[in-house]
Amino acid sequence: MKPIESINDFVIKFANVNGSGSASANELFAKAILRMGVPVSPRNIFPSNIQGMPTWYEARVCEDGYAGRRGGVDMMVAMNPQTWDADLAEIEPGGYLFYDSTRPLPPSKFRSDVNVIAVPLTEITNAVYTDPRQRQLFKNIIYVGALSVLLDVDADVFEKLFAEQYKGKERLLESNIRALHMGRDYVKQNLKAPLGIRVKRSDQVGDKIFVDGNSAIGLGMVFGGATVAAWYPITPSTSVPEAFQKYCEKFRVDPVTRQHNFAIVQAEDELASIGMVVGAGWNGARAFTATSGPGISLMTEFIGLSYFAEIPVTIVNVQRGGPSTGMPTRTQQSDLISCAYASHGDTKHVLLFPQDPHECFEHAAAALDLADRLQAPIFVMTDLDIGMNQRLCKPFTWDDARDYDRGKVMTAEELEAGKDFGRYKDVDGDGIPWRTLPGTHPTKGSFFTRGTTRDPYARYSERGPDYIYNMERLLRKFKTAADLVPQPVLRNAPKKTSYGVIYFGSTTPAMHEALDVLEADGVHIDALRLCAFPFPESVNQFIAAHEKVFVVEQNRDAQMRSMLVNELDVNPAQLVRVLHYDGTPITARFITRAIRDIVQPAAAVPLRQKEAA
Amino acid sequence: MTYITKPRLHHPTLTANKVGYTRRDYEGRISTLCAGCGHDSISAAIIQACWELDIAPHRVAKLSGIGCSSKTPDYFLGASHGFNTVHGRMPSALTGANLANRDLLYLGVSGDGDSASIGLGQFANAMRRGVRMAYIVENNGVYGLTKGQFSATADRGSKSKKGVINSDSPIDLVGIALQLGATYVARSFSGDKEQLVPLIKGAMEHGGAAFIDIISPCVTFNNHSGSTKSYDYVREHNEAVSRIDFISSRDEITAMYAPGEVVEVQQHDGSMLRLRKLRADYDPTDRYGAMSYMQAHQARGEIVTGLLYVDPVATDLHTSLNTSDHALNAMGVAQLCPGSKALDIINRALR
Repeated sequence: MKPIESINDFVIKFANVNGSGSASANELFAKAILRMGVPVSPRNIFPSNIQGMPTWYEARVCEDGYAGRRGGVDMMVAMNPQTWDADLAEIEPGGYLFYDSTRPLPPSKFRSDVNVIAVPLTEITNAVYTDPRQRQLFKNIIYVGALSVLLDVDADVFEKLFAEQYKGKERLLESNIRALHMGRDYVKQNLKAPLGIRVKRSDQVGDKIFVDGNSAIGLGMVFGGATVAAWYPITPSTSVPEAFQKYCEKFRVDPVTRQHNFAIVQAEDELASIGMVVGAGWNGARAFTATSGPGISLMTEFIGLSYFAEIPVTIVNVQRGGPSTGMPTRTQQSDLISCAYASHGDTKHVLLFPQDPHECFEHAAAALDLADRLQAPIFVMTDLDIGMNQRLCKPFTWDDARDYDRGKVMTAEELEAGKDFGRYKDVDGDGIPWRTLPGTHPTKGSFFTRGTTRDPYARYSERGPDYIYNMERLLRKFKTAADLVPQPVLRNAPKKTSYGVIYFGSTTPAMHEALDVLEADGVHIDALRLCAFPFPESVNQFIAAHEKVFVVEQNRDAQMRSMLVNELDVNPAQLVRVLHYDGTPITARFITRAIRDIVQPAAAVPLRQKEAA
Repeated sequence: MTYITKPRLHHPTLTANKVGYTRRDYEGRISTLCAGCGHDSISAAIIQACWELDIAPHRVAKLSGIGCSSKTPDYFLGASHGFNTVHGRMPSALTGANLANRDLLYLGVSGDGDSASIGLGQFANAMRRGVRMAYIVENNGVYGLTKGQFSATADRGSKSKKGVINSDSPIDLVGIALQLGATYVARSFSGDKEQLVPLIKGAMEHGGAAFIDIISPCVTFNNHSGSTKSYDYVREHNEAVSRIDFISSRDEITAMYAPGEVVEVQQHDGSMLRLRKLRADYDPTDRYGAMSYMQAHQARGEIVTGLLYVDPVATDLHTSLNTSDHALNAMGVAQLCPGSKALDIINRALR
């Protein structure tokens, strides 16, 4: 058996028990690799539970910077006896198994084609610590220390990270460093290190930042000027309002009065969350809510009101596995249709598809502008994979010359000057009417907002022509939206090709890696990353320019493909489904195989053999 | 029809209030409700109250849900912005609107179906949070727009127009409001304008969540014998705890009363509620006393009306959240955006 040899390119997976404090130790490990200048993309795989259930942390170390999930595991840190058998089975042949050898295990519990690294973690820990909680926490740091020697990560990188984390808490700093060295010393004295897989200092991280998408959205909402947030806890979106709260407390508290330039309400349910946001948007504040699929279902009636009464609202949907309660802690892109066409009657909504935390920040701020400009609900469609995992991405930027686009709001001066105000009248030809905010003028510009039909002057009307005028204007507005939303990003193959691929959101890193792999194989594909719905004309042109277009998405029913067919009237036979929906993030291996099966059916080679080459 | 505008001809003898508006300036479109509907009397009382309070009409935001009662904001305060939201969800929309701009006065208008049936959860939570608003429920015990089904406030044993006897226990919104922390709780009757106008005035000037349950008979579907929300039934069973005079902070107090006869409550803005006691044993500042008094009297079939409870030093959701004294909706990029330098520091911490 040949051990896997690979520098700066491997997957290590930690199998833990949730509630054991392993998450912070694992994050420390990932950050240390980043500090070595080597990109890493970790993913939490966790249950809908607080304590005692299995949880995994899968970190892909990749000097080439591929941030998608690779698939396969080169080293398993098996800290959970409950999942031992499955964890062992997942290791690639020639891979490594790291485990706590305090209690002996029978040979039947091991694999002959896997390298075993035994460290008596419990024994080492219990010899020094007596307090049960300390034992648990420091055992985690000890295994990180042991791994650092095995994988050749410098001790000073950890010491610096500890110093940053425990600034002013010297006692904690010292005890963590001590635990780290307990692990390091054991390996140095008893085992052969480093392993065939290891980390070597590099310079591939640069000025990139390491952050999760939900934090980035919370921050984007602060920069974008949101003042009212109403929400109801739901995995995986909860950390969005929590991040917003954290950043507001840092940046939005008046230094003199200590008063808050923000208002956050944890509502009684999603109906109330969206209701508050709609009320605030109606009254001229920038407001948002964050939720996941089941919350969208509950909010649907208000979303229809916001569409029809034309009220600016921003909704963050951190998607999880559906339908119903579905897979609350797994990832999917399966709320596209439920958001794009949310509510009864004829409705269409703007969706944004950030690819990573950097874009989560950008799209959050952009959504607030778009909501005001379009006077409509705007959805930021992220998912658990982007939202709850830290990802290495471009640093956040903000142009200080940028002002908020508050859209068409008529002022008291304009009303006083006699400017005609028809709340639902298209005066500019873009389908977007003017609005007034409550309290603007003593006698002019007031109107009654309602979900019932009305004439262009907001007077109740069930006349057919008034209804048609309004509905056609809303369509015109949606067309205008296609030009205002973030535009698709084209990546052309180096050679002319009749194949195209359309993808979006969290699929992006896996897609890019797949394109490189296919390219190296001589399979050329032009790629278009969608950043928003509605689709601009360029999407139509892209599809028209190719015989076959793969539509890669993370749901069962090819929802994006349906939307493309529905909105652009393209021939469905042209659009080939590539669907991944088991709740795990899509991998480059999956995409490569799916596309290759269609492009080169005759040249099919067993995948494992192909990729090992 | 609601799109008909009322003629704006002003009678020359109409008097203007201190902010220069006549009573006509507080009117809205012509009501489309049934002739004799209690709701129209409530609209008239709101108009009267706002005129007397010298509120500039455009400084009021009126929000409602769905139903006959929720249509009424179109029929008063035509110069105010109104928002007819979705069924049972006015409280959340009002909460958000209030958070966006604390400088306006918020008037929530709802019905018994809207607040007690579909919207009970939002009603309860808005009371809990202490959203500053005057929340009026026009309570007729029946679904009018869908022609006469019972609502959740219909009394057990009361009879529908079609002869069906209601077998469900009623929801008492006043009792819930008292229990959940509303700081101004009243019940009145649309047919008693003398009681109603000062109650609305007190609610509009109140510093927290003010709730008024107004029994408002449905002349078309719930005004027959066997109904407990009919004009006749309410008149026969009305037991007022006090007569209220509302004295604004700007008015001079002139009337004199014998000691023990009146209770005076000064609200946060200096306005005075003067309650002429009709029941010697009633203390309107005792929340728990009010709850037990209500329950005892309701058990005897009496409809207790008047200002049932008031906390003169009430606070609201803005106090709890410590929000700025300035309206959030008027803040711009300079106040809200931390800027690129702050972002660079964040970036550094994420490496």
